[in-house]
Amino acid sequence: MYTKDGENYFIVDAHIALWDARPENQLNIHGKQFIDCFYDYHRNLSPADQLWTYEEYLYQGGKRLMKDIFEDGYVDHAIFQPAYLGEFYKTGFGQTEEAYALAAANPTQLSYNHCFDPRNGEAGLDQLRADHERMNFKGVKLYTAEWNGDSRGYKLSDPWTYRYFEECRKLGVKNIHVHKGPTIRPLDRDAFDVSDVDHAATDFTDLNFVVEHVGLPRLEDFCWIATQEPNVHGGLAVAMPFMHTRPRYFAQIIGELIYWIGEDRIQFSSDYALWTPRWLIEAFVDFQIPEDMTEYAPLTIDQKKKILGLNAAKMYDIPVPAALQLPDAGEPTTGPRQPERADLAGV
Amino acid sequence: MTDIQTRPSPRATLLETDDIRRALSAVQDPELDEPITDLGFVRSIDVMHGVGGLTISVHLRLPTSFCSPNFAYLMASDSKDAIAALEGVDRVVVELDDHHDSDLINAGLAADAGYRGTFRHEAEEGLDELRWTFRKKAHTAAMERCLTELLRANRNLPESDIGRIPLADIPAGRTKTALLRRREALGLPTHPDAIVLVDHEGRTYALEAVPMALRRARSTRISIDGNAHFCRGLLRTRYAGSEADQSARPEGAEPSTQHTLLPVTIKEIHQ
Repeated sequence: MYTKDGENYFIVDAHIALWDARPENQLNIHGKQFIDCFYDYHRNLSPADQLWTYEEYLYQGGKRLMKDIFEDGYVDHAIFQPAYLGEFYKTGFGQTEEAYALAAANPTQLSYNHCFDPRNGEAGLDQLRADHERMNFKGVKLYTAEWNGDSRGYKLSDPWTYRYFEECRKLGVKNIHVHKGPTIRPLDRDAFDVSDVDHAATDFTDLNFVVEHVGLPRLEDFCWIATQEPNVHGGLAVAMPFMHTRPRYFAQIIGELIYWIGEDRIQFSSDYALWTPRWLIEAFVDFQIPEDMTEYAPLTIDQKKKILGLNAAKMYDIPVPAALQLPDAGEPTTGPRQPERADLAGV
Repeated sequence: MTDIQTRPSPRATLLETDDIRRALSAVQDPELDEPITDLGFVRSIDVMHGVGGLTISVHLRLPTSFCSPNFAYLMASDSKDAIAALEGVDRVVVELDDHHDSDLINAGLAADAGYRGTFRHEAEEGLDELRWTFRKKAHTAAMERCLTELLRANRNLPESDIGRIPLADIPAGRTKTALLRRREALGLPTHPDAIVLVDHEGRTYALEAVPMALRRARSTRISIDGNAHFCRGLLRTRYAGSEADQSARPEGAEPSTQHTLLPVTIKEIHQ
């Protein structure tokens, strides 16, 4: 829980990782390129006093994770969203067993979501069933730009992906977190295209699709899909740290999201260990839309409470103390919300 | 810059690195709607004099190793074409550095294998549709910038009039110039009476559809501006000193855009 100015905020960090990108776990140059890319994100978007060394960044381990997220980071509950990246790392990037064991040892604080790759066909389906029987997860994280043999990406609308969604349905895995792109399949079209989310969300209305990093770099396409599909949600992974480097851009991102999809379908994520939750939570509670941006209404405390934890808590049935709960916004399920909040001319 | 001194030669033409840079300024990053020279993507230009003419060697760099390879290929391939079109050029070598597909793309460029020859099973037809997608987005953003500037300047302008504003009512300047260029790219009319708020095929919007059209256009503009500044920042982080090769982008800029660069740390394990 985070407390500021007499307000208490229940915090769910909806996207964390326990990764191992150390050289001994890298399969090839791409393993190094991948973590270097993450480290550049970290270096580019972090405040100077939050910078980690490269060595720290390669691997954190469970003890450090618990400290960063719960002891220092105000988080009440966090959800693992592992990326496998088996073509880049010997034991994968997200450490399944280590993360699952940590979640099993700290069940009130951690949930472990799993991952699958629809290109693994029937064998992968068997694996998903077996993994679910053992780990009983409520959600999966899909990285559609995952390399797998000759294939360097897949779509949520692929027939095999649908087979896996049908299996998720049977197993009660309701929450599909999607990290989009750059998917190299086929190269003729935009690698960051999010239209496959639209297809899947329309055909599986009983599943939730949480698009991580709110579709960035295709925010506009994500907003357009999410405004029409009530089961599409936005995860703020990677978007949050713009509060520090580009606050006006962050104001636009959050303003657009609230206009197009509403305050009940946006989830806070630190994307640990890309960034740590502490400074992001402090900054978000203090954040306000700049006064000259009259096209957006100011952010309310209730909106911040929902985004920081209540929305994800609801999706994952995480118990929230009665004093910290809020009613839903009572907004329409589709279409833009409260257009008067986002006037064109800024009168 | 790491330009190598050109060697004087009896057959020297007047082509210098500046001429090459000028030719490369016609190459756009389709996604960010800016020349690669303004983005700092040109790492080096090398002019060598040979018996048959000039050999031009260019290295390109991108903000991350995982930038989408189709855009990477487009920019590299367009660069090669732009230089090859210059008089006196005998040979062009364009290489993309530090990308996950560098080997593939550089081999394809060296062999002039074309898009499909380069990417084989991962390519279907061509990249025209991709270019077209981003030309449309670039127009949408340029259109929104013009209309929003007009709205900000004329607080009394009724929202219902937005859909009927002609080009003549948009004040001359950078924003309007950009819009006219984007309209030309889509084959849309650019005469003063042409309506500003149109879709990519030049269709105007019904009165009740105008606010939504403008709202959608705004989200496109925010997205492009955000990406452009983020990519510039990532390039600066990745390549120390590359800010010297970037030009300022006023669209979407904010006071912190050129925020103090963090100390450079080497991405290697220190034994």
